[in-house]
Amino acid sequence: MTTQEWKFTTKDIAAKPDLFLSGHRACAGCAPATVLRLIMKATRGPTIVTESTGCMEVVSSIYPYTSWAVPWLHTAFETAASNASGIEAALKIMKKKGRIKQEHVDVIAFAGDGGTYDIGIQALSGAVERGHDFLFVLYDNEAYMNTGIQRSGGTPHGAATTTSPAGSVIPGKLEYKKPIADIMVAHDMPYVATASPYYWKDLLTKVRKGLEVEGPAFLHVFAPCPRGWRSNPAKSIEYSKLAVETCVFPVWEAVSDEYQLSTPSKLVALAPQKKKPVADYLQGQGRFRHMFKPQGKKLLEEVQRITDERWQRLLMKCEMAQKP
Amino acid sequence: MTSQEKTWKEIAPAGVCSKSSSEFLTGDWKTYMPVRDLEKCTRCLLCVLFCPDGAIRWYPEKGDIAFDYSFCKGCGICANQCPTNAITMKLAQE
Amino acid sequence: MQSVAKQKMMALAGDEAVAYAAKQSDVDVVAAYPITPQTIIVEKFSEYVANGEVETEFVCVESEHSAMAASLSASVTGARAFTATASAGLALMHEMLFVTSGCRAPVVMAVANRALSAPINIHGDHSDSMAQRDSGWIQLYAENAQEAYDSIIQAFRIAENLDVLLPVMVGLDGFTLSHTLENVETLLDEGVKEFIGTRQFPKVLTHEGKTVPFRLDPANPMTVGPLALQNYYFEFKRQQEEAMENALAVIQQVNSEYAKISGRSYGNGLLEAYRLEDAEVVAICLGSTAGTMKTVVDALRQDGVKAGLLRLRTFRPLPVEEIQSALAGVKAVAVMDRCLSFGGNGGPVFHEVRHLLYEAASRPYVVNYIYGLGGRDTSPTELRSIYENLQRIIQTQRVEKPIQYLGLRD
Repeated sequence: MTTQEWKFTTKDIAAKPDLFLSGHRACAGCAPATVLRLIMKATRGPTIVTESTGCMEVVSSIYPYTSWAVPWLHTAFETAASNASGIEAALKIMKKKGRIKQEHVDVIAFAGDGGTYDIGIQALSGAVERGHDFLFVLYDNEAYMNTGIQRSGGTPHGAATTTSPAGSVIPGKLEYKKPIADIMVAHDMPYVATASPYYWKDLLTKVRKGLEVEGPAFLHVFAPCPRGWRSNPAKSIEYSKLAVETCVFPVWEAVSDEYQLSTPSKLVALAPQKKKPVADYLQGQGRFRHMFKPQGKKLLEEVQRITDERWQRLLMKCEMAQKP
Repeated sequence: MTSQEKTWKEIAPAGVCSKSSSEFLTGDWKTYMPVRDLEKCTRCLLCVLFCPDGAIRWYPEKGDIAFDYSFCKGCGICANQCPTNAITMKLAQE
Repeated sequence: MQSVAKQKMMALAGDEAVAYAAKQSDVDVVAAYPITPQTIIVEKFSEYVANGEVETEFVCVESEHSAMAASLSASVTGARAFTATASAGLALMHEMLFVTSGCRAPVVMAVANRALSAPINIHGDHSDSMAQRDSGWIQLYAENAQEAYDSIIQAFRIAENLDVLLPVMVGLDGFTLSHTLENVETLLDEGVKEFIGTRQFPKVLTHEGKTVPFRLDPANPMTVGPLALQNYYFEFKRQQEEAMENALAVIQQVNSEYAKISGRSYGNGLLEAYRLEDAEVVAICLGSTAGTMKTVVDALRQDGVKAGLLRLRTFRPLPVEEIQSALAGVKAVAVMDRCLSFGGNGGPVFHEVRHLLYEAASRPYVVNYIYGLGGRDTSPTELRSIYENLQRIIQTQRVEKPIQYLGLRD
């Protein structure tokens, strides 16, 4: 797929000037902000970014201030992928007609849960089916955070949100997290990957792969939100590590629907005794607090069960399933 | 925002932003601030990468990092992620 | 003074004429979704693309909402964007129409005017575009396929004018115009190219402190479509209104420039006065019905009635002064609406005409006729009855029913 593997050192990346600038209004400890900052470090040349309505869009573009050192367009909530389609089509034809001086311009679409799982899924699916050359990045903080922590298709089972509160009758969200990355793999698209910011090298490598691929690429990035998860802002990156270690959010990539586990998850697969129980991850997050009460025990077991089941299914896809 | 706001005739159409957010200092958000023990710090640069606000910078010519407290919101990610516990969060002075 | 250019007569249905005009206009991106009765536009254009007759990226989007998002984004990137829709498709784009005009993207769109559901109806009326009259789009309504062709070409000039920079929608009545074959005089390709020219971009101040062309260009990064809070949003909207006001002059200017090369003019571009000079009874209408109305007016004139017709070609921006002066001295006016504004005491055009006559030195009787909804055909006899009613009103000095439904089974 890629002819030349991108080699980089920590110092290289750290020295690269930020394209997602300081002075944005994200909360203290916002992992999506870290994710965006890191992703913009992996750009390879002229880049245009488009974003759907959501936390990262709002915090980075409060008129007259902008945190974007690249051309950036926001139109609406559903439209990260439809914007990208229009931008990519324009670049293509303008290049053909000799109106663009750059050799190549990368197009990146950023969207949160809402703009990807739910209101944005139609445009995303359409753009991918049409084969536009762009990278779509989902920064997943597992709820509609910008509007006040309402549940999304990406909210995990049992999580408390403002539209799925943990009440005395219903203990949080009853539905399960939509397997969005698998849905994208089923589109038979060139490149799909999941990543977690603690494993920043893996994240950057995947961003670059997504940009280099010809055609659409989808990157699902885990991005803890201390505000919505009611967790310690200092631990946002730590949670992104725990999510992988507990297999709540495994990291993998699929090149034209051939799955491959990425190193951080591969280590867990090869040494299953090292796999941490989900409680290690859930504990400390206020949105799961009710699971640690006596009446929440069944819910906690269910979360462990579904995590294990999905993990096994993933291993099978990666042909790494252990024989029972 | 303290600058005088412009009239409709003076601003660019379509909301084209006229200022970089690097002019908007978020440092006064913090309650705690990171303090680094220079001996423990190995210059691994993880804090530089993980900071959501880009408030820790690597200066290759100096061979060292520096904290930009005018943007640091005091989240504590740097302290939490530092592999050698070189960073501690202290109550920020006014 | 330029002489009328050599032209080619072609037999085209309204949709085909629109597609042909778009083809000649060096459009860069077409992002569209099919909906009756616009389908022929996208199908025809697809043929051009498949045969290599146009240098255009044709994006078969998965819905009209995405059609407008993609068109607007392509336009902001610097491409000339054209799209088309109707009815429910236009309604689905509603949110994005406001975004497009707010982003000052000069997108041109043909609307094959069709009724809105429910119940579902695929035939012509103006409910679709009238429902978008607040969206900040310029609205032109064509009387025939010829005008639809001419208006699409003019629309690019109007939209891209640096004093305007607003998207333009051109309405052509569903089936009556979209699907009916007419003789259409078409300009030659070079003529259109010369008339429209290449797209110009205004210069804007970016966050880098540079004043550069307004488009997404990595060489000159800018942020478009930000969050504007209570302290700024209002100012952006005022800018759009100013652009609308500027459009009044630009539409007229483009109309007269186009007349020089084509020999065709649509009134002054804003409205068309038909036998209005000494008219006492006047009807106002938009779109294809005007064609039939003109024959009705001619027959009435034969019978000695001082009848006249005011056809509104431009509905947005509303040509206030022009309508006021056109109606000066008229005794009774019937405003025809091919659309209802439910619970609103009459149709949209009725509201606006009455409103702009409020300060007139002498106000005529103004009544409303709702007609033609869902493609309901209106006969010349029925149309003539409008004028007969106006005469009766003048005679009796009384309006019995200010709002009437023409052709409704009651």
